[in-house]
Amino acid sequence: MPDLLLTELRKIQKKDGYISEQAIKKLNKKTGIPLSNIYGTATFYAMLHTTPQGKYIIEICNSPSCFLNNSLNIIKYIENKLKIKSGQTSKDKKFSLHIGSCIGCCDKAPAMLLNKKQYTNLTKEKIDFILKKLK
Amino acid sequence: MRIRVDNKNIEVDSNKSLLLNLKDNGINIPHLCYQEGLEPEARCRICLVEINNKLVTSCNTYPKEGMEIKTKTKRVNRARKINAELLMPEHMDKCFRLNKHHDLCNIIGDLGLKEVRFNPTRKYTADLGASVIRDNNLCINCGRCVQVCAQVQATWAIDFAGRAHHEHVTPYFEHDLNDVACIKCGQCIAACPVGAIDEREHLQEVLAALKDKTKHVVVQTAPSIRASLGEEFDMPPGTLVTGKMIAALRRCGFNKVFDTNLGADMTIMEEGTEFLTRAKNNGPFPMITTCCPGWIKFMEHFYHDLIDSNNMSTCKSPHEMLGILIKTYYAKKAKISKKDIVVVSVMPCTAKKFESTRPEMKSDVDYVLTTREAAKLINHFNIDFKNLKDEEFDPALGISTGAGAVFGATGGVMEAALRTAYEVGTGKQLTKIEFDQLRGMDGIKTGTIIIKGKEIKFAVANGLANARELMKRKDDYHFIEIMACPGGCIGGGGQPLPFAWEKIHKRMAAIYKEDARLPLRKSHENPIVQKIYKEFLDKPLSKKAHKLLHTHYYKRGL
Repeated sequence: MPDLLLTELRKIQKKDGYISEQAIKKLNKKTGIPLSNIYGTATFYAMLHTTPQGKYIIEICNSPSCFLNNSLNIIKYIENKLKIKSGQTSKDKKFSLHIGSCIGCCDKAPAMLLNKKQYTNLTKEKIDFILKKLK
Repeated sequence: MRIRVDNKNIEVDSNKSLLLNLKDNGINIPHLCYQEGLEPEARCRICLVEINNKLVTSCNTYPKEGMEIKTKTKRVNRARKINAELLMPEHMDKCFRLNKHHDLCNIIGDLGLKEVRFNPTRKYTADLGASVIRDNNLCINCGRCVQVCAQVQATWAIDFAGRAHHEHVTPYFEHDLNDVACIKCGQCIAACPVGAIDEREHLQEVLAALKDKTKHVVVQTAPSIRASLGEEFDMPPGTLVTGKMIAALRRCGFNKVFDTNLGADMTIMEEGTEFLTRAKNNGPFPMITTCCPGWIKFMEHFYHDLIDSNNMSTCKSPHEMLGILIKTYYAKKAKISKKDIVVVSVMPCTAKKFESTRPEMKSDVDYVLTTREAAKLINHFNIDFKNLKDEEFDPALGISTGAGAVFGATGGVMEAALRTAYEVGTGKQLTKIEFDQLRGMDGIKTGTIIIKGKEIKFAVANGLANARELMKRKDDYHFIEIMACPGGCIGGGGQPLPFAWEKIHKRMAAIYKEDARLPLRKSHENPIVQKIYKEFLDKPLSKKAHKLLHTHYYKRGL
């Protein structure tokens, strides 16, 4: 059963948008995996979230390739633009910002995922353009 | 197998890790995240040695033919020093000075690290529980508490959450320990090498009570304290310090020093009689002891069926029994008003701190000190503990038997209960009062005894992982004793640090020595117990005894 934990967590994530306390209590009853272990797993992986997420989830890569291509500046730019810090969700529940792990777009760094869709070769102008379309 | 260590050939055991093999051969490798009896995780990277010119952690490497190990090269020292330096900033910010109780501080001293180049980054709010306090700002993520909680206690109250520099130890969803299924056993305190987990101290309150001249302050000491308190004053583990302990506590200003062993004798009278009644009525079996508040809370979280089927005995724990006897029986005899009496317990246990705050208990024990706190108190009054003359307990509630003394070790409650149950049940004398099958450090011990032609099967477990095992086949037994901490109270979470199995073995030997030394060794022979029943409680399980000495349990969520 413990092998199925990640699958179960991803199912919950997909259904509810985040992994809630109720959900892990339910999972604990179903599988017998201790609550603290489930929470540990849920917080370890960047694709799982333990707080309610916004409509658009932005995951920016900050692994070496992107870092060397100034992803930090892009992160700061988005943080200022959306007025949230990385790991937080905007008050109107529209955007969530996360610093994720490598998404395999090292040749087109810096890169990010917006609701699992790739955006690459990011610049400040490009961010403006992408975010404008969503509003 | 023979391997070469520092250009010398030594004989090693291939089933033991290098760290332990080298220790057996007199070479101490500094280590942090490895604790005896737990799986090595190799997180801290302090125990590095050089094997065939490669740096390897010795705690999880096993010896192989042809290994050439170097433990003292410049490269090893430099690597250890850097790793320690990387661990240190988080701890140093809060620790202020080198603390000899912290493994990390000792290692830093040995490695000769003087300056740390990094700044601390951790910012957590401390978790202030009723009995266990956790300050993640001191934590270095070694993982010993997580391992102990999972492997020894099978409670899983805490685990690592987050990743990389966000990684930290926490109950699920960052709850406080009070809100989750934490049993307050304090084994994580004993495991922590940096003091990030600590007991909630009652020391200031006790000092205030001692200063208050209107209060009659009474102290009681648990069976296992006398076998371990000496360690805090640099005496070898396993030294019995009963007399010195009493003398020291009197010098601290306590008006009376009573013996929790008497409470233990009372527990046996109640529990033994309860068992005999059940034997007469054919159940419900098994009956499970309730002396250990850690186990009680564990049961309330995980084994609700034991409450439903009345498997749990209803007896309070010994110090609560003595607490209420002090405030009723003793108060009446000494003509002191109940509200002027302050009862302080010295216990090896942090779960007892929690127990004394239980609402349904309406506890008559006001403050609980751990062994460590008692030592701090004695040091506070500048008492030269080692050179004190032995004194005796105050006789009003201070005469106890060997049966009470063995409560401190795993199997002790069962042994004491069987001594009384057999003799009261059959009216015959036991030919041999030591139950050898109940002694020793095994996780689960079992045996049988015949009382009135009935075969009584009994089992004993220590460490709650073992208790979980035993609960799977609980219906095979009539009488079960469970102690939460490894080795029983002598391995409790409030005992002197650091944790070591060797010390627990020696404390256990001391406990049995105390039992053999005492003239009375069966609870029902205790003259004070007999007097209390004659003058105050009538008989075991009487209506009054039920009201004062028994309790009930709650079903708690996770």
